[in-house]
Amino acid sequence: MTRNFQTSGAPHMPPQTTVATVMLQVLLALVPGVLAYTWFFGPGILIQIMLATVFALIFESLMLRLRGRPLKPFINDYSAVLTAVLFALCIPPLAPWWISCIAMLFAIVFAKHLYGGLGQNVFNPAMVGYVVVLISFPQAMTAWLPPLALAEHGLGLLDSLFTIFSGRVPVEGGWDAITLATPLDTLKTGVESGRMVPEIRNSPIFGDYGGLGWEWVANWFALGGLFLLYKRVISWQVPLAVIGGVILLSLPFWLADPDSNPFPLQHVFSGALVLAAFFIATDPVSGCVSNKGRLIFGAGVAIITLVIRRWGGYPDGVAFAVLLMNMAAPLIDRYTRPRMYGE
Amino acid sequence: MTQANRDELAREAGKHTHHFHGGLRLRHNKKISCQDSVERPPLPDLLIVPLLQHAGDSAEPYVNAGDHVLKGQQIGHCQPCAAIHSPVSGYVEAVENHPISHHSGQQGPCVLIRPDGDERWVELKPVLDWKTADPEQLIGQMQNCGIAGLGGAVFPTHAKARDGRDRKIHTLILNGSECEPYISCDEMLMREQPDKIVLGSRILRRALGAERVVIAIEDQMGAVREALTHAAECAECKSISVVKVTKIYPEGGERQLIQVLTGLEVPAGGRPSDLGMVCQNVATAAAVADAVVEGKPLIERYITVTGNGISHPRNFQALIGTSFSHLVDICGGYTDDVARLVVGGPMMGYPVASDATPVVKASNCILALTQQDIAEPQVEMPCIRCGECARVCPATLLPQQLNLQIRNGLWEQVEEYGLSACIECGCCDFVCPSHIPLVEWFRYGKGQLRKRASETGATGRARQRFENREARLLREKQERAEKMAQRKRMLKDKAKQQDRIRASIERAGNKGRDIPEAEKTNGKSDDT
Repeated sequence: MTRNFQTSGAPHMPPQTTVATVMLQVLLALVPGVLAYTWFFGPGILIQIMLATVFALIFESLMLRLRGRPLKPFINDYSAVLTAVLFALCIPPLAPWWISCIAMLFAIVFAKHLYGGLGQNVFNPAMVGYVVVLISFPQAMTAWLPPLALAEHGLGLLDSLFTIFSGRVPVEGGWDAITLATPLDTLKTGVESGRMVPEIRNSPIFGDYGGLGWEWVANWFALGGLFLLYKRVISWQVPLAVIGGVILLSLPFWLADPDSNPFPLQHVFSGALVLAAFFIATDPVSGCVSNKGRLIFGAGVAIITLVIRRWGGYPDGVAFAVLLMNMAAPLIDRYTRPRMYGE
Repeated sequence: MTQANRDELAREAGKHTHHFHGGLRLRHNKKISCQDSVERPPLPDLLIVPLLQHAGDSAEPYVNAGDHVLKGQQIGHCQPCAAIHSPVSGYVEAVENHPISHHSGQQGPCVLIRPDGDERWVELKPVLDWKTADPEQLIGQMQNCGIAGLGGAVFPTHAKARDGRDRKIHTLILNGSECEPYISCDEMLMREQPDKIVLGSRILRRALGAERVVIAIEDQMGAVREALTHAAECAECKSISVVKVTKIYPEGGERQLIQVLTGLEVPAGGRPSDLGMVCQNVATAAAVADAVVEGKPLIERYITVTGNGISHPRNFQALIGTSFSHLVDICGGYTDDVARLVVGGPMMGYPVASDATPVVKASNCILALTQQDIAEPQVEMPCIRCGECARVCPATLLPQQLNLQIRNGLWEQVEEYGLSACIECGCCDFVCPSHIPLVEWFRYGKGQLRKRASETGATGRARQRFENREARLLREKQERAEKMAQRKRMLKDKAKQQDRIRASIERAGNKGRDIPEAEKTNGKSDDT
C-alpha cells in the first residue's frame, strides 16, 4: 500500500514569528512609557492614541481596498497601529482631533501606501505625519502641558476630551492657563536671550537631567527599548549610536562653554530622543540593513538632532533627523555591505 | 593573514574550535529514533533502483527487462559519476520511469528488480593489501564500487579523492556532525561501526595522500566519541583525532565545519582543497572500507525513519531501491495525523508526493511530519527589512536584499551580493516574520544566473565566431590584394627584364655605338 502526500517547500517547521508578533512586541514595549506619560501629563495622550489609531486604520483599509489588497492580513499586522501610537506620542496631549486626521492621512496614504505599502516606504510614516502637522500648524503643535505636579489646572479625562474636540479649554484663562513651554523650548529661548544654562535650569520645569516628568517618561521608554533588545526585535546598534552619539558630540560643547550649552545627559533626557533611539530610528523598513550601516544611521540621527537643537529653528530636531537619515539609508546600505563568507 | 599563517591554521584543524556567523539552535529530536539498534529490514518484494541519483545526467542502464542479475552486479554506468549496482540477486522486471526523490522532479528512469531470494553475490574483487596498494588503485576501486558522498550531495568520492591528490591535501575531515534535527543515521553508524569508519578514514587518507584525519562529531553525541576514540587506538592511528563541535545548525555544512575547525573560510568560488582539506561524510568512509577491503559495492546505507508521523521511529541499514513504504511498514506504519513526507531533515529536506519513492544513496532520513509539526500555509507578507535573515545567515549574505534584487531581475546586483555563496540552509526562511520563501527565490535566482552565464557564453561564442570570420575574410582580401600587387610588380619586373635583354641584344647588334646613351633611353622607357 502506498500513500500520497501534499508537498510544500522547506523548511518543514512552523515559522518562528510573524510580522504581527513583531509589531505587537513593539507596541507592548511602549506600554510602560505611555503609562508614565499619562501619570505625569494627564489622560490626553490616551485620547490622542485612540484618535490616531482610528484614523490610521480608516486610511489603511481605504488604501488597501483602493490597491486591491486583502484587508485581513494587512490590518492584522498592527503596522498602522504602531505608526499611529508613535505619532501620538510626539504631539501635545491636547492637540485638536483633526491634527491626527491630517497627520495619519500623510503618514498612511502618502508616506506608506503611495510608496507601495508595508515594507516599501522610504520614510518613517509616523515622522512624516508628525513633520507635516508640525510645519503646517505650529500653534497647535506647541501647546504643551506642564507636568501635573506643576499644573494649576490638571485636566481630567472628560475635560481633555472636550478640549481636543472643541478646541476650547474649560478653565478660566483658556489655553494660556494650562500650557507651558517645554524644557527644550525654554532652554533654547533662554540661551538665545543671553541667559546662562545653570540659571535657566533653576526653573521648576527642569528635573535632574531633562525636563521634570519628561525624564521619567524617557526612562520607561528606555525600559521598553531594553525589552525589545532582549527580544531581538531591534538591534543595539541604532540606540547606542543615537544616545552615545548625542553624549559624545555634546560633551565638548558643554566642556568648552557650560553656560550656553546643556549637559550631555540633558540632551538625552529631553524631547523625543530616547523614544526615537529605541522606537523610531530603529524602524527597519526605512533604516539601514547592515550593522555598520545602522551605526552610521544612528550617529547621523544624533548629529542632525544636535545641529537642529543648537542652531536650528526648532527646539527638538529628532523627527527631521530621522527623515533626513531615511533618505541617506539606501546610500549607506550601498557602502556598508557586509563581507561575505570566503570573500 | 599571510598564506603561511593560513596554512598553519589549516594544519591545526580541530585543535581549537571557532564560530561561524549566524546559524540556529534547533531542538534536535534525535533521541526518538536512537532507541533500537540498527537492523536490515526483510527483503522487499521489488527493488526500484534509480539511475539518476545526483545532480547531472542519469546513468546508462547495462541491463534489460528479463535479465538475471547478481547482488552487487553493476547495472548502470556513466563516465564522470559513480557506478550503480544491483542490491539483490533477481530478475530485472523493467527499466522504466518511476517516482524518485530528486530535486529535478517527480519521475526518473529506474531499474526494477524482483529478488529471487538467493542473495547470490557477484564475484567480489577487494584490494588485497590496501596499506601497500597504489593510491590510484584505491581510487579506482571506489569508482568501480560506486562510492559517493552519503551526506546528501552524492558527489562521487573517487572524483573528490583524485582532485584532492592533485591538489596536495594535508587534512581529511570526516563529517559526523549531522546538524539537521531528527536525522540520526550517522550517529547510529558511529556508535555501531566505529572500526569501519576509522578503517575507511585510513584508506581515504592513503588514497588522498593526507597527513591527518579529523573526525568531527557533535558535543551531544554521548557514546560516539568514546567508541571512535577506542576504535582509533592503533599504531598508525596517531594521526586521527576526534573533535567535538557545538551543535548549531548548519554546522554540518562543509564550509561551516571547516570554519569551526580552523577559523578559516573556504575562498568564495573555491573548494576546501584550496585550504588543503577534503571533507567526507563518516558513512562514506565506512562505504570506502567495505569497497576496498571486501570489494563490496555501495548497495545499502543507514537511513533514519522518524518524525511524529511514524509509530516507532528507528534506523535501518536499507538496500538502495527499497521503497519508503516498506520501511515505514516495519516501523508500525504512520500515525493518524501524518501530513507530510520529507526526504532529509526539516530544514533542507524536500517533500515527496508518494511513499513509493525508493531509497537512494543520498537518502539519509525519511521524515513523516504531522500537521502540528508543519505550519499552516502562511500568507506571504512583504519584507519589512527586519534583518533577522542577515543575522542568521551562515554565509553572511543579506537575504532580504537578494530577495528584492532577484524579484526585480537585477542580476548584476544579485551576483555582486553573492547569491552563489548561498548554501540554501533555510535559516533565513525559518526566521522570516513575513514568511517569504527565500530559499525558493534563491534557487530560482541561481538558475537564472546559470542561464545568463550560458547565454552570454553562447552569444559570446557566436560573436567570436563572427569576428573570426570577419578577420579571416579581411585577411584573405588583403592577401589577395597583396598577391595581385606582387604579380603586377613581377610582370613589370619581367617587362623590365625583357627590355633589358632586348636592349643588350640591341647593344650587341650595334657595336661601336654609345652604350651609355642606349642605357639612358632604356631608363626613360622604364619610367614611362
